[in-house]
Amino acid sequence: MNEFDDVALLLLIVVPLFGSLSMMLMPGGQSKESWYFAIFISALSLALALVVFADYDYDEGGFQYLTSYEWLPGPLDISLSLGIDGISAPMVLLNGIVLFGGVLVSQTVKHRTRDFFVLLFALSAGVYGVFVVRDLFFLFFFYELAVLPMYLLIGIWGSSTDFGTFLRTKEYGAMKLLIFLVAGSILVWIGILALYVEASDNGVATFSLQGLAQMAENGQFDNDFQTLVFPLFMVGFGVLAGLWPFHTWSPDGHVAAPTAVSMLHAGVLMKLGAYGIIRVGMFLLPEGADNWMPVLITLGTVNVVYGAVSAMSQNDLKYIIGYSSVSHMGYVLMGIATLDNIGVGGAVLQMFSHGIMTALMFLLVGAIYERTHTRDISVLNGLAKRMPKNSFFFAIAGLASLGLPGLSGFIAEFMVFTGAFRTYLPLAILAVIGAALTAIYILRLLARTFMGEPDERWNDLTDSSPVEMSVGAAFVAIILFVGIWPDPLLRVINVGVQSVPGV
Amino acid sequence: MTSLSENIDLLTPEFALAGLAFLVFAVDLFLPEGRKGMLAWLSMAGLIALIVLSIVMLWDEQESLYDGLLAVDDFALFFKVFFMGMGIFIILSSMDFVENKLKHQGEFYGLLLFSILGMNVMAQSRELLTAYIALELLSFSLYVLAAYAKDSAKSNESALKYIIVGAVSSGILLYGVSMVYSTLGVTKFEDIAAGLASASEVAPALWVGVGLILVGLMFKVSAVPFHMWAPDVYEGAPYPVTAYLAIGSKAAAFALILRLVSEGFVPAAERWEQWQLVFAVVAAVTMLVGNLVALAQKNLKRLMAYSSIGHAGFILAGITALSSDSHLASNGVMFYLVGYAITNLVVFAAIISFFNMTGKEMIADLGGLADQQPFLAACLGMGLFSLAGLPIFVGFTMKFYLFTAVATEGFLWLAALAVFASLISLYYYLQVLRQVYIEPAPPGEGGSAMADEHPALNRIPSLPLLTVLGTGAAAMIWLGVYPRPLIEVIEVASRALVT
Repeated sequence: MNEFDDVALLLLIVVPLFGSLSMMLMPGGQSKESWYFAIFISALSLALALVVFADYDYDEGGFQYLTSYEWLPGPLDISLSLGIDGISAPMVLLNGIVLFGGVLVSQTVKHRTRDFFVLLFALSAGVYGVFVVRDLFFLFFFYELAVLPMYLLIGIWGSSTDFGTFLRTKEYGAMKLLIFLVAGSILVWIGILALYVEASDNGVATFSLQGLAQMAENGQFDNDFQTLVFPLFMVGFGVLAGLWPFHTWSPDGHVAAPTAVSMLHAGVLMKLGAYGIIRVGMFLLPEGADNWMPVLITLGTVNVVYGAVSAMSQNDLKYIIGYSSVSHMGYVLMGIATLDNIGVGGAVLQMFSHGIMTALMFLLVGAIYERTHTRDISVLNGLAKRMPKNSFFFAIAGLASLGLPGLSGFIAEFMVFTGAFRTYLPLAILAVIGAALTAIYILRLLARTFMGEPDERWNDLTDSSPVEMSVGAAFVAIILFVGIWPDPLLRVINVGVQSVPGV
Repeated sequence: MTSLSENIDLLTPEFALAGLAFLVFAVDLFLPEGRKGMLAWLSMAGLIALIVLSIVMLWDEQESLYDGLLAVDDFALFFKVFFMGMGIFIILSSMDFVENKLKHQGEFYGLLLFSILGMNVMAQSRELLTAYIALELLSFSLYVLAAYAKDSAKSNESALKYIIVGAVSSGILLYGVSMVYSTLGVTKFEDIAAGLASASEVAPALWVGVGLILVGLMFKVSAVPFHMWAPDVYEGAPYPVTAYLAIGSKAAAFALILRLVSEGFVPAAERWEQWQLVFAVVAAVTMLVGNLVALAQKNLKRLMAYSSIGHAGFILAGITALSSDSHLASNGVMFYLVGYAITNLVVFAAIISFFNMTGKEMIADLGGLADQQPFLAACLGMGLFSLAGLPIFVGFTMKFYLFTAVATEGFLWLAALAVFASLISLYYYLQVLRQVYIEPAPPGEGGSAMADEHPALNRIPSLPLLTVLGTGAAAMIWLGVYPRPLIEVIEVASRALVT
């Protein structure tokens, strides 16, 4: 068992990376075989993620599964240090679940199937990497690795949207997404360089997160420096988390992406941004975080309200969900910015809950689009009669999204609000109004799409396939489970949140 | 005073390389037409033997020859092995092209070998005039190589421009050398440093002299504002020569600059701080202009020309950060040169294969390549991602290393600018990638499908090119994921440079 502990986290990264590289060498053109192999790899990675999460000892807390491989000694001091704490453990689990679900529903990818999975696995290796490393160089390495396959995934397998008066092509969505995200990562890169220079001026030239956090604790980064550098991380990572006003890539990108990619991207990748703000921003620059939190919570509140209002006026299913992601990531940002242990805990839980919820929604929309070739809610109607199972799951996801008690979204948002009420009362009130707006656009979507008499053209519509439904059912089960009994997750998250400086 | 012939055996690899070049010329006379391909293999076998010989003979050698004109040290050895190894891959990438599209194969490889000799001496020289002679040996070979497609007007135009610009820049360089000599009375790098450091007030003539030397060298690395020649020359020159210009001559010029700056300027502490600013500004302008102008390019060769100007800017940023108390910057520059050479080899091998198949060189012609040539497309894609600085390829690691070095030496703003310029470059690399992977194949000239008009598109690339692509791609990933062995070697080379 101990030997497994030593390599568990490395395996988390290596398994999808191996999947990616080995599929590169497989013969192309066999979509079925590629799919089976991809299922095998993602199941393996899910099993690993489950074991790692279940074995995380929340009584002991702190970083566990610690291992370190020297990578580049000497002046730069870079090592591949691995370890997870209470914040990253749920994220690892989330990635395992969403990846497995995403691969399962990628049965429908028939064109260059092998290449699709090569890129998808490269991306998920990057995501795992960010969550488990404890070194700034590797964190950035994996962060970029998670972002870069996106362009091709959307550009090749995505879909364009015709708005009547203009066309939003997939190339546009892909390029916009990549430019925004890479622009964000540039700020992060500059921040990392600044941190390294400051640390080496103070005598310890290192990229180790642990070493840098130690320096921050000893007060070796002065207040001015922290205040100057924190926004680089806040905005840089914030772009990926959908921070207003840098969120515009998110709806366009998610809409253009194929189903599995939307699931992974909205479900997991956006969480990388929030995770980065916590792991790098708050751990290494606590005073800077403290100074900038009023700004972050204000922007987060704008996210909540603006996302909700935008979602209300959309007619495209995916755009509605895309804007709802912007709105829900607002809760995450607000929760982080409260610097209150309940608020930050709520943010982390919301990251998990929203990850599952939004992945489920993109899955269901994907299934609808596959059959109707439209996502326009003014054309879709009465689908409940034709696709009852799909509609049922969609309703649950929608209700979780608007925060119905008993579903996962409620607990998370409640915690965020509690934190916010303790710290920034006026903004908390605004955010609650935003939550009410969520109800409007979700119910509007449900009513338009699923209720009423179905149009004649939908007479031959089939319900979602067994594979899609099993994945959907599993996601619904998780939403219910977390909603009714959040303790297994929360006790891990709480341990993690308590170690965040300044909370 | 040591005698001239003392230790002369340390130059055996150079003599042998010159001998190899003459051998290739001679054998060419006796080979019947159609068997000339042998010469490529002869050159490569010779280069491999010379690499082994150099390593065995010169490892850990620290000698100065001819009273300090030439250095035989680990730094020189590193670059010698680098240049000769690169020469092998350039020959591999040129074989098909030379055989099918050029005449006089023997001289092609012979000239290539002479230019490598020039580069090797450039990495060794510690004195301005020796450096100049080596530089001219390299340049003269390149002038002829650029004009090698002698039936093509473009190739001739390219060579003519190259000669004129090269001659002007050599003139400027020489004038600078003469002014430095007139004020200080020395031409050795270390004496220049001593002269710069001891003079309480630097004579204006010395400023001008040093400035002119730098201008001459900036021409060679195509730094802005002395870059105008590069796109035209790159576009007109035969494809393998373009690759060679982008990779080889640039790396050699930087090897020379590294030694000149490390031995000639850095020890003159305060004076170097003044010159650092000049380098920083040139680096900043070069990376911005190169990458911005690349956005508008439609021709692959011109795109690669501007991209190489942009990369020259990054490397110049590394030169700016050279200092006497840390090897980080010189390590970074050498790592960058190696990574850049490997990545560019992959990219050029891919587009040379494409050119061999179709004779086309516009970005738009690449449409649908991923369907017809998945391996070629994948290698090109990885190479472009690496050039843009994305993991898991060497491009990411080398940029991270170099920019960190630049930031630590007090040029955080320059590092930040370099990071920003990388973002710009990502955009145009993605435009190429978009053609390759997303866009459908364009129709051929005759109106029918591209693949029908150019049946070669349906065949796999030739074995030598596949070798370059395969080893290059593997090296890109290997150095991107685990560069430690290379960096340890580079560290040894750096120690020879800065003591």
